[in-house]
Amino acid sequence: MAMKTNGALLKLEEVNKQFDGLLAIADVSLCLYSGEIVSLIGPNGAGKTTILNLISGVYPPTSGEIFLNGESITGLKPYQVAQKRVARTFQSVQIFQDMTVIENVLLGLHHRLRSGFVQGMVHLPAERKEEKRAIDQAGATLEKFGIGHLAYRKANSISLKEQRCLEIARSIVSAPCLLLLDEPASGLNIRETEEMADIIKGLRQQGLTILLVEHDMNLVMSIAHRIFVLHHGLKIAEGSPEEIQRNPEVIRAYLGGTHNI
Amino acid sequence: MTKTRKKWIYFSALAGVVALLPLLVKGGYYLLILNIIAINGLVVLGLNLLIGFAGQISLGHAAFFGMGAYFSAIFTAMYNTPPWPTLLGVMIFTAVVAFVLGIPTLRLAGHYLVMATLGFNIILYILMVQMEHWTGGPSGFAGIPPLHLGSLPIQGDLSCYWLLWTFFLLVFFVSLNLVDSRVGRALRAIHENELVANALGINTERYKVVIFAISAAYASLAGSLYAHYLSFISPKTFDIFYSVQIVTMVVVGGIGNLWGGLLGAAVLTALPEILHAMRDYALLLYGLILMGVLVFFPEGLLPGLVKLVGRGRLVNGNEN
Repeated sequence: MAMKTNGALLKLEEVNKQFDGLLAIADVSLCLYSGEIVSLIGPNGAGKTTILNLISGVYPPTSGEIFLNGESITGLKPYQVAQKRVARTFQSVQIFQDMTVIENVLLGLHHRLRSGFVQGMVHLPAERKEEKRAIDQAGATLEKFGIGHLAYRKANSISLKEQRCLEIARSIVSAPCLLLLDEPASGLNIRETEEMADIIKGLRQQGLTILLVEHDMNLVMSIAHRIFVLHHGLKIAEGSPEEIQRNPEVIRAYLGGTHNI
Repeated sequence: MTKTRKKWIYFSALAGVVALLPLLVKGGYYLLILNIIAINGLVVLGLNLLIGFAGQISLGHAAFFGMGAYFSAIFTAMYNTPPWPTLLGVMIFTAVVAFVLGIPTLRLAGHYLVMATLGFNIILYILMVQMEHWTGGPSGFAGIPPLHLGSLPIQGDLSCYWLLWTFFLLVFFVSLNLVDSRVGRALRAIHENELVANALGINTERYKVVIFAISAAYASLAGSLYAHYLSFISPKTFDIFYSVQIVTMVVVGGIGNLWGGLLGAAVLTALPEILHAMRDYALLLYGLILMGVLVFFPEGLLPGLVKLVGRGRLVNGNEN
């Protein structure tokens, strides 16, 4: 298996995705190695979010294979992919608005906890202990993101930046091995975007591997180790930020002639 | 005050009220109404877990209620099986039937469960009417033996009051616990956004099917208790209108609010009795009251009232 994936944490092999008549992703292959921040960029409709959805199991690829640690995860359901410790966030913040901030984080821990229906009904000591440990852990994670003081506020009452932090806190509380971030800086101002860059770099230092879909070029160029460029569902380039900035095809396709990245 | 403390205080208050009510209430008629409230309350409790927490609607809970009643009746009266184990067995069987019914329908997105349960209710109603040899047909099934405590039969409105409300309180408490647990949180997440819940590692299909089976088991328990309490059952009780009535109780009381569900069951069970004196206008008034509740308290009677009290407090506070 190691041969097959060359030690890659995540590998997409000639993945295609067709929606009715539209070929959204065409023969995309890519590799992610442990500890990297890899960014996926491309114009609107290039298929970036589709790639994240394929990896996280929202829909299966039309053809091709997806490997995690050498093991095929092609066709798994989203909850099964999450249980394999692949976490994600969403383009538009997807937190549970009617719940408290800490309940949102506890949901991120869901698949690491064991109590079922019967334990929940009877509130056995073991169940209460597990719940208490989970609450402590969720609280500690919120503290790390500087939103510990909001733990018992309703999630819809906090700012967009705080909601984005909450969504990331929820996705990493279960200690995933791979984190898929879908435009974490969209809607944030310059200062908040810089803070987000620090947060993402901090996550990587904790050993997380990150696949980042992002429109903000400053953010991408400042934190990504490698970049994949998608255009009309095709991968047209890959390389370091410097290489991508110099790549004529990227400049033509993606930047429409502007040299000012 | 922590959530758990609050839960205990409210629950103890409810248990206190339940313990004191028989002292205040004289006459079998009022006890009968209270007992029916406990039974409806049980069915509402299960349905509220399904509607309010998993976001699925069943229009077939009368069928599960009927399964409990008829199976308990048939087995204990015709085959002399012991009532308690029969009750438990029927509950498990009903849950399994719901589970099987739920697997294909709950996997599909959208409200297929409504159609499936509606059909199931109609089929079961026809069976109750047609299978005269077992069910007694349209004229009903009489002579159901009472439940026993040791060798003591639990008979009469007052004894059954204790029996039914003990069961209600027990199941109510267990449900309050469930809602406040990992599973309850997952169910609320499914209700709010199934896709995201799934992406977080929650097996949404399984949770929906299991909570549906549990809610059917609650209805079955209520049905068995109902049959042993009244000793007579007929198909009319278990038709589609009862299913609709139970859904109405959930909606009026407050979707996703277990305390509200109890209030909804109490109000809608007692209301027709209170309005009885109005004779011809009873139905009109019943409709108007229902409409009024839904217009002025769209999120349910209890959440609406709580909000109203909160606002009143705020106004008073500002005046000071």
